[in-house]
Amino acid sequence: MSDDIPQTGPALTARQSSVKRAEGEIRAPRAMTWLGHLRGVLVLALFLGLWQFYVWVSGITPFILPGPGRVATTLISSGDVIFSNALVTIGEVLAGLALGTLFGALTALGLIAAPRLAQIVMPVLVFSQAIPFFALAPLLVIWLGFGMASKIAMATLIIYFPVTAAFHDGLKRTDPGLIDLAHVMGAAPRRLIWHLRMPAALPDFATGLRLATVYAPVGAVIGEWVGGAQGGLGYLMLLANGRSRIDLMFACLVVLAAFTVALYVAVDRLARHLEARAAGHRGTGDRQA
Amino acid sequence: MVFEAPRDGPGVPGLMIEGRLDFPGVQGAMQVVLPVLAGRWTVLLGPSGVGKSTLLRLIAGLPSGGQLDGAITADDAAPAAGRVAWMGQTDLLAPWLDVMGNVTLGARLRGERPDLGRARALIGRVGLAGREHDTPVMLSGGQRQRVALARTLMEDRPIVLLDEPFSALDARTRAEMQELAHEVLAGRTVILVTHEPGEAARLGDALWLMLEAGLQRMSTPPGAPVRDLADTALLAAQAELWQALRAPAPPSSPAPPPLVHAARPAASPGGPTRP
Repeated sequence: MSDDIPQTGPALTARQSSVKRAEGEIRAPRAMTWLGHLRGVLVLALFLGLWQFYVWVSGITPFILPGPGRVATTLISSGDVIFSNALVTIGEVLAGLALGTLFGALTALGLIAAPRLAQIVMPVLVFSQAIPFFALAPLLVIWLGFGMASKIAMATLIIYFPVTAAFHDGLKRTDPGLIDLAHVMGAAPRRLIWHLRMPAALPDFATGLRLATVYAPVGAVIGEWVGGAQGGLGYLMLLANGRSRIDLMFACLVVLAAFTVALYVAVDRLARHLEARAAGHRGTGDRQA
Repeated sequence: MVFEAPRDGPGVPGLMIEGRLDFPGVQGAMQVVLPVLAGRWTVLLGPSGVGKSTLLRLIAGLPSGGQLDGAITADDAAPAAGRVAWMGQTDLLAPWLDVMGNVTLGARLRGERPDLGRARALIGRVGLAGREHDTPVMLSGGQRQRVALARTLMEDRPIVLLDEPFSALDARTRAEMQELAHEVLAGRTVILVTHEPGEAARLGDALWLMLEAGLQRMSTPPGAPVRDLADTALLAAQAELWQALRAPAPPSSPAPPPLVHAARPAASPGGPTRP
């Protein structure tokens, strides 16, 4: 999944000295990174070109499929309304991401601290995944109202389990030799979790975080669709669809996709940092390509 | 030379491990009588899977595949558990902690304030001065095992259990580590588990061969450890250990497992006296 997104390049170097021990990202040589950027831009341009070409050649009506040029025009002309609705969705996504990650991480820690509890709770959690959360959206509206809260709850619910499962797996998988050593050293159980299991599980936590980042916008938008929203990109798309403003719908999609990618890139950077930390990569200066 | 004698109150105990060692579902039980000399190196030589590590884990109080129907007693009557430091087959360094963090891990796991000055001295003692803030990925295999040794010393326990700690190292590094470990662990009661006859012959104050049939006391080469690698007497002792290690197993019969009762450590060179 992470391969689809170009790695961040020059921004990394600028910040290296400012953040204590933030150095250490394992990075591809810069030339390759730029090549990756170029390839991405080319593929995107090719896709847009084919799209526009098809619209021209087929003479298809904009009410069915608008070309990228028309979408771009709408994006600018309807910029205000898209922007104000995007803020709502972005707020829901960020709040859902924060809450889902927090609850997920706390649950994983609780389950590892109380293994007997985990034997009861874990099957319940797995079973809960059989429930289609989208079907719960109307219920969330009844409980939490038409506002942002029900959408945040939807995003939270969707990412809660991936974070919990990934982090809990990581916490369980700590090198048994290290655990033995800690026992011989007379470790207190909570300190063992804090000093050994948690840092060792950071890469798994990072995996859960990446998944959550992809799912959170989906959760928020579906929440807006199903949950009778009064604002947000999902709400605007539904509105545009109802009025055959497919160009506006595409413009919303572009903004949503751009935000999701930007969020993913940011979270991926954090995740890489966590992974590099756990592997003991620090102080890049002498190891850069 | 003794760099830092163990500081624990009652001093350095010898141990007596006596009883029926059972490996449920793996192999038959064996009778074990293993006296461990106070302040000396007792070496347990044997092939993989014979139960050496199981025995060591039992002494450390760790979960193991086996059970000891008997007792592990220290000659000062205090329990052995809690007075033990452990060094395993791999360095078991936390990759996210630097050298200093790894050496002081025990204190933080117990919620104590780590003695950084002492840690720094021990890191220097194992030849890694100036590398305090390097992480394990920046160290070679031998250097990582040196950190593990410093961490073991930092624990400052009178009994030190070594479970094939040098087996993953190249020959020259292994020889260096044997010498270093012997030097810095002087004065402590050490049990070394190994599958390598040369290592056993070189380091043991007392040598025990552990085979499926049970424990067997072997003669120790002349001279005090660490013995010279090029010494012909050492090589002869090593050859003898090889032969014993590879001797065909006695035909399986309903006869009871051989009970090897060694004399108390008095028979060993060096004797039980404290250094």
